[in-house]
Amino acid sequence: MLLSPAYMHIPDGFLSVVLSAILWLVSILGVSYALRRKNRDRDERQVPLMGVLAAAIFAGQMLNFTVIGGSSGHLMGAAIATILVGPWASVLVMTCVLAVQALIFQDGGLLALGANIFNIGIVGVAVSYMAYRTVKGLSGGRRWGVYAGGFMAGWLSVEISALAVGMQLALSGTSPANIAIPAMGGIHALIGIGEGLITLGVLAFIYANRPALVVGGGGQNSVSKLAWGAGLLLAIGVAVLSPLASTHPDGLEWVAKQKGFLNLAGGTLYRVIPNYVFPGIANQATATILAGIVGTLLVFGVVLGVTYLRRSRGISDN
Amino acid sequence: MHVHFLDPFRPRSSPVHRLDARVKFVLALAFILTTALAPMAAWPVYILLFALVLCIKILSDLGVRYVLRRSALALPFVLAALPMIFTIPGEPVALLHLGGWTITVTQPGLERFISIALKSWISMQSAILLAASTSFPDLLAAMRAVRVPRLLVAMFGLMWRYLFVLVDEAVRLLRGRAARSGQSSRPGQRAGGSIAWRARVAGGMAGNLFLRAFERSERIYMAMVARGYDGEVRHLPLPAVSAADWGILIVGLTVLGSLMRLGLLASL
Repeated sequence: MLLSPAYMHIPDGFLSVVLSAILWLVSILGVSYALRRKNRDRDERQVPLMGVLAAAIFAGQMLNFTVIGGSSGHLMGAAIATILVGPWASVLVMTCVLAVQALIFQDGGLLALGANIFNIGIVGVAVSYMAYRTVKGLSGGRRWGVYAGGFMAGWLSVEISALAVGMQLALSGTSPANIAIPAMGGIHALIGIGEGLITLGVLAFIYANRPALVVGGGGQNSVSKLAWGAGLLLAIGVAVLSPLASTHPDGLEWVAKQKGFLNLAGGTLYRVIPNYVFPGIANQATATILAGIVGTLLVFGVVLGVTYLRRSRGISDN
Repeated sequence: MHVHFLDPFRPRSSPVHRLDARVKFVLALAFILTTALAPMAAWPVYILLFALVLCIKILSDLGVRYVLRRSALALPFVLAALPMIFTIPGEPVALLHLGGWTITVTQPGLERFISIALKSWISMQSAILLAASTSFPDLLAAMRAVRVPRLLVAMFGLMWRYLFVLVDEAVRLLRGRAARSGQSSRPGQRAGGSIAWRARVAGGMAGNLFLRAFERSERIYMAMVARGYDGEVRHLPLPAVSAADWGILIVGLTVLGSLMRLGLLASL
């Protein structure tokens, strides 16, 4: 897999089931709202545009440049998609990219896809939109404002998404808060500079060739207050919560509470049959181990049988 | 050059390939959910889940080595869970001396880390099996069957169709850059300008790719309109799921359900 971009999305097994379900729900709500907005536009050109742009972002993630030594920077794409086609189309484009990466290339899990869509497709896009629109608005739509806004959108979207991932790992009890959050934040503060610079490069190139694409901002000149506000809220929320979560590793009461809540759901599910005892075996641990061994032997027996059958049929076919 | 090797689909004539894509899709999701719901340190459940995935791997004729090699790709992410070994309080297993520091490896920490790594690895294998035994158009049909919005399915399909074209373009851009760039064989001799300059070159390439994508999407739109596209995405109705495939779905879900029950046993 020489050409595939670095594996960077959350795989399955790293998030608690309850957190995955909550983030799936939030992502479904966000994506269906974006779908409604796009359907309302009644611009049928958008369907091929969004599909092809998603493919271009996937391909664009391969265009890397060396930073120092063997490490290289490349594009995540939420910022540039938001700047080129606006927030709603960009939510759909990033959802598309992430879903295909998870389904086809196993970059990111299927159960964790909701979380990945939330972190990049919703948080990343909303934060990019907020940063780009704010800086561009402050400059009065001048050229330097477009560039500075592009850089800010690239950096901030990567940084806030990474902090959100760190918090989710800590909440799931997969990684300790006081290590995961500063580590994710620190590494991605650097990766974000690469993203910002490359976003800037893209904007400079498009500004020189088709300035209308950048100035118009995907054909919508009025600022979407909803997307802007969501971006501001998410950016501030993550920026405030993540240092709080990482500096109180022991007295981190709210995380503990969250964890309790997260484990509860698993507990009740597995307590459907309390005090279950294997017939004839009093010791519970022995019963469990026995069940495991018997089951394993049975299944491996089936595996061997299957192999044997396939092989003998292969011979008779020839 | 065509980078079709990106496509993970391996056509074979195995029972796993012939199984209805909708059934396969639902079963793969149920398998990943079962794995996720298995409690920490439920070793028998992990072994059974692994055996199940191994069984399907053999049935699929894909080659066990192929799936195992691919499944190693996401292993670096396991690093995120590594600190768990040292931070969860519990019975110490080993003491590591690093310079002046002493780090304690605890038993619950170690159990948790290994559980996370195993669960992630097992889930990954079932996702690989799904992708390698199902063609993308069949996966799209499966997504329609589980009520993914039409517009989104249409976008997935378009993205898939043009993915290889645009990856080819990106490869051409990379080759162009390599052909125009000098490179020194002397170690430590950096090629090219500052980081900002290199980022601008890469940005220009990405911008080029996006502009080509925009122009291509306009041509695609024209071609679609010429063939009667009016903004509505239409599909042929899905064929009915055969009785045999229903049977496999029910048996598969029953097996996974009982594995969840075994997870309950292990957690007591």
